[in-house]
Formats: sequence, structure tokens, C-alpha cells
Amino acid sequence: MKKIIKYVILDILRSRTIIGYTLLLMALSFSVFNVETNSSKGILSLLNVILIIVPLVSIIFSTIYIYNASEFIELLVSQPLKRKSIWISQFAGLSLALSISFLIGCGIPILIFDGTEAGIMILLMGLFLSVIFVSLAMLAAVFTRDKAKGIGISILLWLFFSLLYDGLVLFLLFQFMDYPVEKGLVALSMFNPVDLSRILILLKLDISALMGATSAIFNNFFGQTPGIVLAFTAMLMWILIPLGISIRKFNTKDL
Amino acid sequence: MIIASNVSKRFGKLTALNDISVTCNRGQSIALIGPNGSGKTTLIKSILGMVVPDSGFITFDSHNIAKDWNYREQVGYMSQIGRYPDNMTVGQVFRMMMDIRKRKVNQTDQDLFEQFNLGEISEKRMRTLSGGTRQKVSAALAFMFNPKVLILDEPTAGLDPLSSEILKDKIRKEKADGKLVLITSHILSDLDEIISELIYMQDGKLVFHKPIEQLKLDTGEERLSRAIANVMTKK
Repeated sequence: MKKIIKYVILDILRSRTIIGYTLLLMALSFSVFNVETNSSKGILSLLNVILIIVPLVSIIFSTIYIYNASEFIELLVSQPLKRKSIWISQFAGLSLALSISFLIGCGIPILIFDGTEAGIMILLMGLFLSVIFVSLAMLAAVFTRDKAKGIGISILLWLFFSLLYDGLVLFLLFQFMDYPVEKGLVALSMFNPVDLSRILILLKLDISALMGATSAIFNNFFGQTPGIVLAFTAMLMWILIPLGISIRKFNTKDL
Repeated sequence: MIIASNVSKRFGKLTALNDISVTCNRGQSIALIGPNGSGKTTLIKSILGMVVPDSGFITFDSHNIAKDWNYREQVGYMSQIGRYPDNMTVGQVFRMMMDIRKRKVNQTDQDLFEQFNLGEISEKRMRTLSGGTRQKVSAALAFMFNPKVLILDEPTAGLDPLSSEILKDKIRKEKADGKLVLITSHILSDLDEIISELIYMQDGKLVFHKPIEQLKLDTGEERLSRAIANVMTKK
């Protein structure tokens, strides 16, 4: 398994996309911190950029990579290797490569300009989001043979979690305005990894007070250990469940 | 050695394999013959575990291949269209396969690698290779790890006459060593001197499986190509 991961990473590093991604993140982070005088303002600007770019690049890059690696996967399947370990190696290789490039691209500037708790949280969430969207990409890629369709599904997934989901929540919120729905909001946030990481980072910043009454509920829930544990478990589930489903599908897939 | 029992496989509306049962033993050299789309490649891919049958099962040395993947250690496979990672060089592909199978160069069979002069092109990237050269790489890989079973899907298609002879000599040698060889080919003259048994498939069904001598006797033809033509026209 280690050997396949090694070959996957070597293959990814050979493509220039991943280096370009690292440089893009680095350029963004440095410019944000240089423009903003206050580092916590910088974190806030960076937050919005990271929540859009990291999931998008992770899911699209991984989907394209899996389709392009179909020859490689076919070759490996005819060798004495377990299918499960082939698939997990692909996942591990992609996750590792994207995480490293996020750590270099965003980690270095954040640690230089802002080593606070909020900075650490944004790094942690960026890593989680990278891996979660690799896992979702593997799910999208295993279900369709057609590359164009697979990439389309990936883009839709990203769009859903980045934009549509918030719209839906807002719609529900207006419909049930007269009822106490704050607790429901906490539950709903668990079903979207992007929202969940946004909330966790915002709560580490002082400006969370600006969010009003809802913020108090969130603060109450995620400010305590059980809430934090639950949030991290939810993030972990977002990695494991799509990956698990894709493994089961790949085990019986015809190549 | 390889036993398939009532194997069926459908791709959508198309029935690729229809209740196939077949037994292959050590030392046999079996040709899989049939019109295009008769399910030969699907059968081979099922044996390799690349296609998962809808029903029925396949055993290798009395282990069910669906549960035990280690049997592929004993199989050398040469596919119809060799597909390799585009960015890798020939040398890297060979090194990777040895790495995956945990063998060193001196533990492998380098005959074909040397006879095809693949060392000379080891720096070339896989995507730049011609179809025939890819076939040579596939062939060298299939024979490299001294497998007990050789599965060759259209091995000589696309090879020049000289390389094709080298490959056929190698197949003959392995057969003499008591290995099981499974070949599909449309070039019947290539098969004539190599094979001992014949499986004829049509529309996903196994029409017959008999020794070559028996077939020649039944059809009253001396040459394999004529015997097959005789069978095909009767159907």
C-alpha cells in the first residue's frame, strides 16, 4: 500500500497544477496579510477565500486525476493487490498531496503573521476541507464512467455545499421564523462541512458577537467540549462516509 | 486449475457471458475462439477479477477468486490494448511492477525484455510508444514473474513478424514447462502450432470445448483454420 501511495504522489508532483495551486494560495495569503493592518481582519478575509478555493480545487483536481489514472488503476487491479488498498492508496496520495500544498501555501503565511488560535483553526479546517472534498471526488468518480459527467457532478457538489445549501437554510429560516429554530440551525450546520468550518473559525474571532442571537446559540454549543467533539466527529464522518461508499462501489466495479 | 462454474455477466441489455462453465488444467494450452463480441475478453477479465460476474463463481487452485486476491501472483496477463500511465517511462513501469511484486531483477525472467531490446527505449515515455511497442512491453511484463498461468488476449496483433515469432517461441517454451496458457486470437495460423485445446464461444455462450485432435477428427479437416471455418459455417 505504501508503494502505491508513493507512485501516486510521484505522479501528482509531476503535474504542474499542484505547484500552481500552492503558489496561488501563498500569493493570496501574503497579499491579504499585507493589505490588512490587523491580522485578525486578515484571517477574516482569508477565511472567505479559503472556503471557496480549497474545496473547489480539491474536488475538481481529484476527480480529473482519478479519471486520468484509470489506466494505472486497471494495471494495478490485474496485479496481486487488494482492490480496497488500491482505492485507499489513491485517496491517501491525493489527500496527502493537497494537504501538503495547503500547508505550504497557507500555513507558512498564517504562522508568520498570525499564530493565534483562530489561525490554527483556519489551518485545521482547511486541511479537513481538502481531505473531505477528495473523498467526495472519489465518490463522484466511481459512479460514472464518463469523465465529463463525473466532473459535472463534482462541480454540482461544490456548488451545493458552497452556495445552494446556505440558500436552502435561509429559505427554511424565513419559513419558520415564528418558531424557535436556533437548535435546528446547529443541527443543519453539521450537514455541510463548509458551513461547519466557517462557524468554527468565526467563533474563534471576536467578530462573532456581530452575528446576533444565533451566535449566542452557536457559541453556547460549540464553545463547550461536547460541542467541539461533535463538530470534529461530523467533519471526520464527512471524510469516512463518502470514502466508505466509494470503496464498496469500487470493489464490484467492472474495469 | 481454473474452474468457472455457471458464470453469467450482463452489461445493460447485452449478455456478455451466458452460463459459462469451463475447466482449465495445468500443462494445457487453450485457445479461446469466437466472433467479435462473443464474450472472450469478458471471460478473461472475469478470471482476472477485473470484471465481477453477476452470478456463478470462479476458482483458482480451489480458492474462490472473489475472496482471495493473492492468486494473481500466479497469473501473467497481456491485455488486448495495453494501457499504461502516460507520464511514466518504460523503465519506470518495469521498476514499479517489480517493486509491487517485491522481486529483484535477478529473480525475474528477462528473456523477452532482452529479445525485444526494451532496454534501449527505457527512457521513453509510455504515451510516445507505438501500438506494437506497447504490445512488446505488455508481453515482457506478462512473462516476467514466472507465472503458472499465462493469459494472453490477442498477443500477436500488431507485432511485426520477427517479434511475433519470438513471442510464439516463448509461449511454446512456457507450455513445455507445464504452464497453463490461455490465448485468444483471430490469427489462426499463429495458434496452429501452439495450442492443444480449443474453446469456441458465440453470443456469450460456450459452444464447445475439446482437444484439437478431436476437432480435426470431427470436422475431417487437417488444418485448424479450415476446421474452425467448418464449425463457423455450420452454426
